[in-house]
Amino acid sequence: MSEEMKLLIKSSPQIHSRQTTSRIMWIVVLSLIPSGIWGVYAFGLRSLIVLAASIIAACAAEYLMGRLMSKNTLSDGSAFLTGLLVGYNMPPAVPIYIAVIASLFAIIIVKWTFGGLGANWMNPALAGRVFVFFSWTGGMSRWSMPRMITDTVSGASPLGFIKTGMLSFEGTATGPMDFLSIQGYPAGSYMDFFLGRIPGCIGEVSALLLLAGGIFLIVMKIVNWEIPVFYIGSFALLTWIFGGLGFGNGFFTGDVLFHVLTGGLMLGVFFMATDMVTSPITRKGMIVYAVGCGFLTFIIRIYGSFPEGVSLAIILMNIFVPLINRVTQPVKFGNIQKEKKND
Amino acid sequence: MKGLKTFSKGGIHPHGRKNFTNKKAIVKAEIPDTLVVPMSQHLGAPAEAVVSVGDEVLEGMQIGKPTGFISASIHSPVDGRVKEITDIFLVNGMKSRAVVIEKTEGFIPSVKEKSDDWKTKSPQELNEIVKDLGVVGMGGATFPANVKFAVPKGAIAEYLIINAVECEPYLSADHRLLIEKTSEILEGIRIIQKIVNPKKIAIGIEINKPDAIDIIRRCAAAENLDLEVVSLKMKYPQGDEKQLIKAVTGREVPSGALPIEVGCVVSNVGTVNAVYDAVVMNQPLYERVVSVSGLGVKNPGNILARVGTPIRQLIDACGGMTGKQIKVIAGGPMMGFAFYDLDTPVTKGTSGILVLTDKEVAEAPQTACLSCGKCVTVCPMGLNPTKMFKYIDHSDYQGAMDTGLMDCKECGCCAFTCPAHIPLVQGMRLGKKMARKKKVS
Repeated sequence: MSEEMKLLIKSSPQIHSRQTTSRIMWIVVLSLIPSGIWGVYAFGLRSLIVLAASIIAACAAEYLMGRLMSKNTLSDGSAFLTGLLVGYNMPPAVPIYIAVIASLFAIIIVKWTFGGLGANWMNPALAGRVFVFFSWTGGMSRWSMPRMITDTVSGASPLGFIKTGMLSFEGTATGPMDFLSIQGYPAGSYMDFFLGRIPGCIGEVSALLLLAGGIFLIVMKIVNWEIPVFYIGSFALLTWIFGGLGFGNGFFTGDVLFHVLTGGLMLGVFFMATDMVTSPITRKGMIVYAVGCGFLTFIIRIYGSFPEGVSLAIILMNIFVPLINRVTQPVKFGNIQKEKKND
Repeated sequence: MKGLKTFSKGGIHPHGRKNFTNKKAIVKAEIPDTLVVPMSQHLGAPAEAVVSVGDEVLEGMQIGKPTGFISASIHSPVDGRVKEITDIFLVNGMKSRAVVIEKTEGFIPSVKEKSDDWKTKSPQELNEIVKDLGVVGMGGATFPANVKFAVPKGAIAEYLIINAVECEPYLSADHRLLIEKTSEILEGIRIIQKIVNPKKIAIGIEINKPDAIDIIRRCAAAENLDLEVVSLKMKYPQGDEKQLIKAVTGREVPSGALPIEVGCVVSNVGTVNAVYDAVVMNQPLYERVVSVSGLGVKNPGNILARVGTPIRQLIDACGGMTGKQIKVIAGGPMMGFAFYDLDTPVTKGTSGILVLTDKEVAEAPQTACLSCGKCVTVCPMGLNPTKMFKYIDHSDYQGAMDTGLMDCKECGCCAFTCPAHIPLVQGMRLGKKMARKKKVS
């Protein structure tokens, strides 16, 4: 009888799927690991220190804020993930204090001042990155060459190189790849971009590994396919239509492959834009949001003064999420007025 | 598996675990010496006891009479004497009057004769039998069957849909009935056909019961019953009336309306069997098939038990508990009730008794809502559970009602899926209760 008295009484449903918040967070971390290993391999141990610093800072901030608010949220893994993403968005040679400040800003200001996990309206890692980018632009532009390229020790990322290079460029180039080869940029093939043999932030260079991680998340049903597909799709379409104009070519000549493979697009598309907390809740809403991200990324990248626009585009679209949610409510079952009219 | 029908919006695929019981033939439970027969075993007004302490009762004698339009008769499951009339708690935590009957020593259940009389009776007379013998919906909702079968004036029943979906995990009582009592079920369908007078009859079966689909198809053809057997894709909650109608006919029952609005009458396989028992065998509804299952029970099985039998006895008949149990549930795991008093009696609506372990329940701590939108994706009613929950959490019941709270039927898809383990269904229940209390509409 005493055994029986220990029975649980709960409201239905009495069973649950195996999914939990922390499981989601750790699976996302897992899917990011290959890209990080590549980054550390390519840029050296220094980048591992950057990653460790940003993760430790994020977790410490989460712990302290949790203590302050009497919540223990460290174990849900969200702070670790934020720290990891902040680290991935840092150039390998960034001063350590910048990485730490980015993590602290992400957790304390962006996440906890709004109430912690689930209540923030902006992706913390991206907000941290953007904050330090505008505050310490110099420190955030210390690029290193990956170890596969031996002829230079430091240089800009392909997008940055083109953006600054084009300002003073007086010759003619047919497109970004042509421009890079004319200027003697060390990493010159699509394959270099795809595999990650280019300078860039620690975790964003290998399009291949990020794509694999992203597909893993879709297969694990953690990420809906709508956001990545419509983000890349709309961005690629716009780039294809208008991207060639800057090089004096006509419409429909943009170098889609170049733009899709560079500048952290893969990292942003699969791991930042799909952040559950800061993306819409309906499928319809996700499509609107993703197309918005694609459009803004295109505008900032092709016409803006920053070399790349993924972070800003996602942050701007985060702001629209409540509005998108409001106008994309699901259609209720039994709401059949429309069908009746058709009859 | 192309071309299989299902409903379009939402739905989930919980682990079925049907294999625990779906090959186990129905066995009769021993009848206990004392039976506790609740007066509230159906949706609607409780029945009123028409016997008093000390009265002798006979098997099948009416002991509770309906007290309203939506109410049902209760019959004695055994010969015996009324020991007391008392209040008990049902598995859902509600209080109910109950007649406690002491079985006459040496009681042997009567053997009933099959009679073909019904073929000469009018639809109204048949429905009257259904009513008098206390038949209610056996799928779990226990709505009085005669009310459902009485098609209102002006409405036409185009479809009679037999619900053999049994989408709740673990349960296989309906599955076993389809296989073991095929001809009874088909005759029951003919009786309901006569009462309802539909243009078409269809039976919806999920494809995890291929043997049932096969046998029903063959027997219906052999007996010349014009029955469309619709194989359905597996998806919870397909056994809900609205989802089943959508899957079979493509029609959507409007919010707040009954199936007859779109020309449909839906009846569960268990109900069909009860109608057969009532009309052909002249046997009131005082027994039902209960699936006893779960990893916490030693030998899961399907048991034909008399109403009023303590649930403990069914678990014991299945070898008892393994000791790893953490929850005991009456009904299916998605919509059933967790309870702790194993002496609670079996009622007309007890489709299953599940003894679940930690592994099956998958309890986890609750975290903040991540706005992942999974609850919106899986809601079969096209609602926004997270938004409604937040309204209710902030005591804004009007806001929740305007978002569609009353369309929620507590199927549990949202709460099952929620990675943050937020008790969404509990929230909806609270919201409905509070809205009613505060007269918000």
